[in-house]
Amino acid sequence: MITRDDVEHISWLASVKIEDAEKDEFVEQFNSILDYFHQLDEVKTDGVEPTYRVVDISNIFREDVACQSLSQEEALRNAPRRENGYFKSPRIV
Amino acid sequence: METEEVIIGLEIHVQLNRLQSKMFCGCSTAYHDSEPNTHTCPVCLGLPGSLPVLNRKAVEYGIKVGLALNCRIEEETLFYRKNYYYPDLPKGFQISQYDFPLATKGHIMILGDDGLERNIRINRAHMEEDPGRLVHAGTIDKAKYTMVDYNRCGMPLLEVVTEPDLHSPKEARAFLDKLKSILEYLEVFDGSLEGSMRVDANISLRGGDRTEVKNISGFKGVEKALSYEITRQRNIRRRNMTVVQETRHFDEIRNITVSIRSKVGAHDYRYFPECDLAPIRIAAWVPAIKDALPELPDAKRERFVRQYLMKDDHAKSLTSDIKVANFYEAVAACAEPRLAAVWIADVLKGELNYRNLGIDAFKVDDMAQIINLLSSAAITEDGAVEIIRAILDKKGGSPQEIVKARGLGRAEEDVVQKAVLEAVAENASAVADYRAGSERALNFIVGAVMKKTRGKADPGEVHRLVKAEVERI
Repeated sequence: MITRDDVEHISWLASVKIEDAEKDEFVEQFNSILDYFHQLDEVKTDGVEPTYRVVDISNIFREDVACQSLSQEEALRNAPRRENGYFKSPRIV
Repeated sequence: METEEVIIGLEIHVQLNRLQSKMFCGCSTAYHDSEPNTHTCPVCLGLPGSLPVLNRKAVEYGIKVGLALNCRIEEETLFYRKNYYYPDLPKGFQISQYDFPLATKGHIMILGDDGLERNIRINRAHMEEDPGRLVHAGTIDKAKYTMVDYNRCGMPLLEVVTEPDLHSPKEARAFLDKLKSILEYLEVFDGSLEGSMRVDANISLRGGDRTEVKNISGFKGVEKALSYEITRQRNIRRRNMTVVQETRHFDEIRNITVSIRSKVGAHDYRYFPECDLAPIRIAAWVPAIKDALPELPDAKRERFVRQYLMKDDHAKSLTSDIKVANFYEAVAACAEPRLAAVWIADVLKGELNYRNLGIDAFKVDDMAQIINLLSSAAITEDGAVEIIRAILDKKGGSPQEIVKARGLGRAEEDVVQKAVLEAVAENASAVADYRAGSERALNFIVGAVMKKTRGKADPGEVHRLVKAEVERI
C-alpha cells in the first residue's frame, strides 16, 4: 500500500513538487496503478526461469571509433535556459 | 592522544581515457580543452528514442584491469540502471553494474605504514558511464544555479572498490599510486588528464560509524581529505559525542569536509536491469587477454633486481612509472646498468621532480653518455650532477659539450696527487689537529685540494689520498 509518506518521498526523489492538496489524489492513483499490475501475480510461473528479456541475445557491440558529435548549438537547441554554452539548471543539493 | 585504529575503504572512478570513443556512443573522448557541450550526441544527451550500444574495447580494457588486479572475471555480466535525479545525468539514470559486475575479489600489494608489503583486497571492479560536469556559480553550498557540460557524460569508467583494508591517509595514497601505475602499464589510462581518477573514501575509527567523503580529485586531495576527516572524527570522540553516518563533500579550497544532506539511500536508486543492452558473455575472451597482459610493476621490479643486480629500493623507484622503467632499460642497454640504476633513481628523478618535469624531458642518449663518462672516471660525481642540471635547465648541449665548455673533465691523477702533497705541506696545523684526534681537520685539507684542482677531483678520492698522506708522514 502506498501512503502519503511514500508519495512525499517519491516527489522528493523525482524533484517534482506536489501540493499538499494533491497528495491524497496521488496516493489513490499510485495504488490503483499497482493494483492493476498485481493482476500479473495471478499468472502461474512455477518452474519458469526469471528473465529480463524476451529475446535471448548477447554481446552486441560497436567498435571503438569516434564519430562526429553534435555542434554546441544543436546540443543546446532544446535547452530552456543556457549560459555561455552550458545548460543552465536550477541548483539541486 | 588516543590512537584508535583508522579504517579506510576507497571507491576509485577510473576513466578508460585511452579509448577513442565513449562507452555507449561514438562521441570522442578527447573533450579536454574543448568548449562545453561540443562532444555530445542524442545518446549521451539522453534524448528520447536514442539507444546505447556498448564499446567492445571498453569491455576488453575492463577485463584487462580486472585481471591485473587479480580479480575473478564474471562469465556473464550485465548493465543496470541506477536511478537518481540530478542534472549531471540527462537520462535520470546512470548505466552502471550491480549484480554480476565485470570483476570481483581481487587484490594488489602495497607498502604498508609498518614498512611491510601487504595485500589490499579489491571487492569489485565494474563498468559505468561518467556523468556530466557541473559548474557551480560560486561555491557548492551558495550557488544560485548550476551550469552543465555534458562533454564528460558517457565517458567509459571503471569503478574499483576496495575492502576497508587501508589504515592511514598514507596507505590510501600508496594504494592509489600503485593502482595508477598498473593502469598506465596496461595502457588503458592516462593519469595526466584532469579528472581522470576521482575517489570516494569511506572512513571510520574502530567501533564508530563511517562517513563517506565524495568526489575527491587528485591524490594530494585524498590525503588531505582523509587527514581532515580523521581529525574531525577524533575530536568528536574526545568530546564524547558520536560520529553520524553521512555523506560529506571535500572542499578543495578550504581543505575541509562539509556535510551534504542526502536522503537517497541505496534502495532509492531502484536498480533494475538495463533492457536496452544485451548481456555480455565474456568467458571466452579471458584467456587471450590474460596471455597478452604486459609485465606489471611488481614483476618488473623483481626482474630488475635479478637482471641488473640493483637494490630493491632502486628497482621500486624505477618501476613505479612505466615511462621511467622504459627509460632505464634503454639506458641500461648501452651503459653500466647498476650505475645507471643509482643515477636515474637517486639523482635524475629528484632533479626532474624538483622542476616538475617528467622523464620525457631527458634523452636516453644523454643519460647513457653521462653514465659512460662516470664509469670511465672521466668526470666526477659532482660533475655528473652539474651536467644533468645544465641539460634540464637548457644551459648547454650534449654531456660531452657541457664537459668541455665547463671544464668538468676530472683532473689527472698526478695533478691531484701533487695538490694533495702541497696542501698537506701547507697546512701543518691542520695535520697536527688531525693527529690530536680531530677528524674534521682532514676536511679542511681536502677543501684546500679541491680549491687547487678547481673542484675537478673526486672528493671521496681526495679524502682517501689526504688521509693516506697524513698518516704516511
